[in-house]
Amino acid sequence: MSEQILRVQGLWKSFGGLRALESLDFTVSVQQIKSFIGPNGAGKTTLFNVLTGIYPPTEGTFEFAGRSLNGLKPYAIARLGLSRTFQNLALFGNMTALENVMLGRHIRTTAGLFSAGLRLPGMRREEKAIREEAMEELRFMGLENRAMMEATSLPMGEQRLLEIARALATQPKLLLLDEPAAGLNMRETAKLSETIRMIRERGITVMLVEHDMSLVMEISDEVLVLNHGKKIAEGGPKDIQRHPEVIAAYLGEEAGDA
Amino acid sequence: MKRKDLYTLLAIALLAVLYPLLVGGNQYFISLLVFLGINGIITMGLSLLMGYAGQISLGHAAFYGIGAYSSGVLTTKYSVHPVGAFFIGIFLSALIAWLVGKPTLRLKGHYMAVATLGFGEILFIVFNELSPLTGGPSGLSGIPSLMIFGTPLEGAMYFYLVWAFVILLLIFSLNVINSRVGRALRAVHGSELAANTVGVDASRYKVQVFVLSAIYASMAGSLYAHFVTFISPSSFSLMFSILLLMMVVVGGAGTIWGALLGAGVLTLLPEYLRGLEDFEVLAYGAILMIVLLYMPQGILEGMRSLLGKVKGLGSAAHE
Repeated sequence: MSEQILRVQGLWKSFGGLRALESLDFTVSVQQIKSFIGPNGAGKTTLFNVLTGIYPPTEGTFEFAGRSLNGLKPYAIARLGLSRTFQNLALFGNMTALENVMLGRHIRTTAGLFSAGLRLPGMRREEKAIREEAMEELRFMGLENRAMMEATSLPMGEQRLLEIARALATQPKLLLLDEPAAGLNMRETAKLSETIRMIRERGITVMLVEHDMSLVMEISDEVLVLNHGKKIAEGGPKDIQRHPEVIAAYLGEEAGDA
Repeated sequence: MKRKDLYTLLAIALLAVLYPLLVGGNQYFISLLVFLGINGIITMGLSLLMGYAGQISLGHAAFYGIGAYSSGVLTTKYSVHPVGAFFIGIFLSALIAWLVGKPTLRLKGHYMAVATLGFGEILFIVFNELSPLTGGPSGLSGIPSLMIFGTPLEGAMYFYLVWAFVILLLIFSLNVINSRVGRALRAVHGSELAANTVGVDASRYKVQVFVLSAIYASMAGSLYAHFVTFISPSSFSLMFSILLLMMVVVGGAGTIWGALLGAGVLTLLPEYLRGLEDFEVLAYGAILMIVLLYMPQGILEGMRSLLGKVKGLGSAAHE
């Protein structure tokens, strides 16, 4: 069995009376692409928010690369190498695309207020390196000619890619992508699936929340299905597609909507 | 530093060098710009805090007061060298800012504004009641002028000293903005949650920039004390804290230049309105209202968009 980067045990999260996640157990192996699917409100984004320290879990433990993440602040979790993107995008509109990615280098650099204010030589060297590394990530995502544009002025598809570039700039071991294909057209989605594979090639493990089933089935090594905060199935893409409970959950949702 | 900032900086430095010559050494005009420079130093720090870290302080008059009283009290009562007193003021301001900022900046929202309001009032009372040291409400007089090579720094020379501070702190601030720390601050201002998830420890940077802005205010206070040689608590009241905030808002909280411009406008405006006598306050209020109604982003942004419109009209007329 391959090495596990993330181990989640007995994870519960409730908001008042609402159980968003119920006794969730799963593991993610190194360099795996693992997708989390389920109807709206199944708890996928809540899971990402708990893992990245935005919400504390009600109960349960989660271990990342052998270290417990319980009680850590989001910035401390990011520093350990767990980075994410947001479903609703969280780019900084008051900065250029390049500056957004440069911000991703924040946790791997050290210049403080005074060395920055005085432009000490060490800080200048570091700043130059930050700029180059950020450009490298922009190039990786094919956004190098957008560097000087205001981040939020880019088209939706490019903003999603830019957020991935920023997350990659933090040098993550594990990357959490929350609906990266939302708002993308077919060509952009095809390119995204290529990009996610290339990210894995760089030795990064990927966790994906996504509604685009063809994308999920195409690139995932493993799929975990959530419904009402509970795991109802876990396995390879092919097994999942045939799983009776999964089919019921999806069909049930459609019947419920109608 | 960005090229445009560099040119503006050089233009300001050049004007500062020429100004005393341009006004023919007129003491009134020189002292006006000394006050402008002193206010500008404080508003630059405030702009970093408000415009870049998104926090409001209603207590910066108190840090200004700590600087002024440190210089005043230590040089008159304890014969401390002015430079030593200057640094003691900085140290005290930084320490107090850290103590006030550390617990309040962890909280979200307006706790910072309320905490600094309370803190400013406490310091105001201390300045008034600690009369053996501060002279109480009647003030502290006889603060020595600064000496260099045995001659007192006065008039144009003091102007140059203050504006050297303005320029150096301006460079420092611009460097901070265009750095790792500046990006972190702008991110915190944009969205604290998003900043947090990319690894920025938001409260840490908010505390740092609060301490930095307190240091700026303290420096300004020391410069003020040695210039006017007499200080009293009324200069460090809540009203002055609010005036400083107004300077930043009127000039434009988004940039350091806006803060300087705002300090300029609100320092000079009362002087120009003086001829209106009884109507001075009315005109002052009306001008502020008009600026905030029609230029909610501040004068600097307002001018920029106005200029853009004029240019737009010009090019449209050509077609």
